[in-house]
Amino acid sequence: MDLITARGLSKDFIDDVFKKAKTYETVAKKKTAVDDLRGKTLATLFYEPSTRTQLSFQTAMHRLGGDVIGFSDPKTTSASKGERLSDTIRVVEGYSDVIVIRHPLEGSAALAAEYSSIPVINAGDGSNQHPTQALMDLYTISREKKKIDGLTFLIAGDLKYGRTVHSLLYLLAHYKVKVMLYSPPSLPMPQWIVDEVSGRIEVEVVDRLREDADVVYATRVQEERFPDPEEYRKSLYQIDADFVEKLKEDAIIMHPLPRVKEISPEVDKNPRAKYFEQSFYGVPVRMAILSLLVK
Amino acid sequence: MAEEKPNEFLKAKKIETGTVIDHVAKGKAMRVLGVLGIKEDFPGTVTVLMNVPSSHYGRKDIIKIEGRTLEKKELAHIALIAPNATVNTIKKYAVIDKYVVQTPSLIEGVMPCPNPNCITSAEGISRLSVVQAHPLRLKCSFCEKVYGEADLLR
Ligand SMILES: [Zn+2]
Repeated sequence: MDLITARGLSKDFIDDVFKKAKTYETVAKKKTAVDDLRGKTLATLFYEPSTRTQLSFQTAMHRLGGDVIGFSDPKTTSASKGERLSDTIRVVEGYSDVIVIRHPLEGSAALAAEYSSIPVINAGDGSNQHPTQALMDLYTISREKKKIDGLTFLIAGDLKYGRTVHSLLYLLAHYKVKVMLYSPPSLPMPQWIVDEVSGRIEVEVVDRLREDADVVYATRVQEERFPDPEEYRKSLYQIDADFVEKLKEDAIIMHPLPRVKEISPEVDKNPRAKYFEQSFYGVPVRMAILSLLVK
Repeated sequence: MAEEKPNEFLKAKKIETGTVIDHVAKGKAMRVLGVLGIKEDFPGTVTVLMNVPSSHYGRKDIIKIEGRTLEKKELAHIALIAPNATVNTIKKYAVIDKYVVQTPSLIEGVMPCPNPNCITSAEGISRLSVVQAHPLRLKCSFCEKVYGEADLLR
């Protein structure tokens, strides 16, 4: 099995990941290791640098007793000489038992999976999907809120190019939730994604940051998405102490990190802020994914 | 010189060998030629009739292509644009074969994914699944984006 997209991922798989992640939490916390993937090798192919995600996968594999090979700078590999991704995959599958790929082009993980005889995990393909991030986000919510059904979400930021929010929305479609979407006018959630999930969950586009959410999920708005710097400036939003005080007492605030200005640093010490916990949960969740996929 | 009936002269001449695509949805004839890759450098005569009164569809387009017969694969392409089209293969002025086109569920290696940031363009492959036939909605099997007819035929 591969993990390419959150779209069409089964509820059973999500449940299996959560169950397994729970058992790995102690190992991750105590920074020890188990033998579950001893003798197995993970190849991390990062065609686009992402220190955080790569470290998280490497740590997860080491905690499972496995080895890691890979690259994080495509400029030093044959990829920069124009080698096709399909060729690289056919070589790498000879050295490893599972591939994690991050690539700037959409569909790259799906293509890698097609040429690979070993499992492929998508760690972000352009603006398309980032399913492991969404799984750790959802896991964080289930751990911090003790439930997912019945919650109201506010998802804010660049919803057009934000692969994490695309994956998250598909996962949320498995639960009884309400989702409010807040984005700059030029960066809305793609309509086809809304169409695909809105039959199953309530989705509402909102024009301000709403305080009635149980989970506030903030994402970056990147300057390079705006041809006009003035447009960019007008599209910025910020979750500050004032807004946070208006939230429910048990509401939580999340962010896939790195953040720019979406969450003011003064919010960090508020008990509702859970983005550093969220980041920690990445290790047990990725351990669970690796151990479920690698046979 | 034999006198040509004004009616026939104004409409279109019969073709000896080639293809007649009938029941093309009104206004779609040029797009059908587009997916067949027929442009101004095509050696044969191409006749396009637009807004022809039709008993079934109100108005329709008809395309006559001299000297070119279509492959099975191409029939599926036509179906994407003109789902009710019938394709007649002509030899010696007679119809020797007649197909009603059928919308495929998957189109492989035909038209590129319109997303310039999709991996398929770098790898020289394409695979689009038909989400909906009418109006047409296609989904790239790789980048997962969904397209309408207008996106595909730019
Ligand atoms: Zn595509």
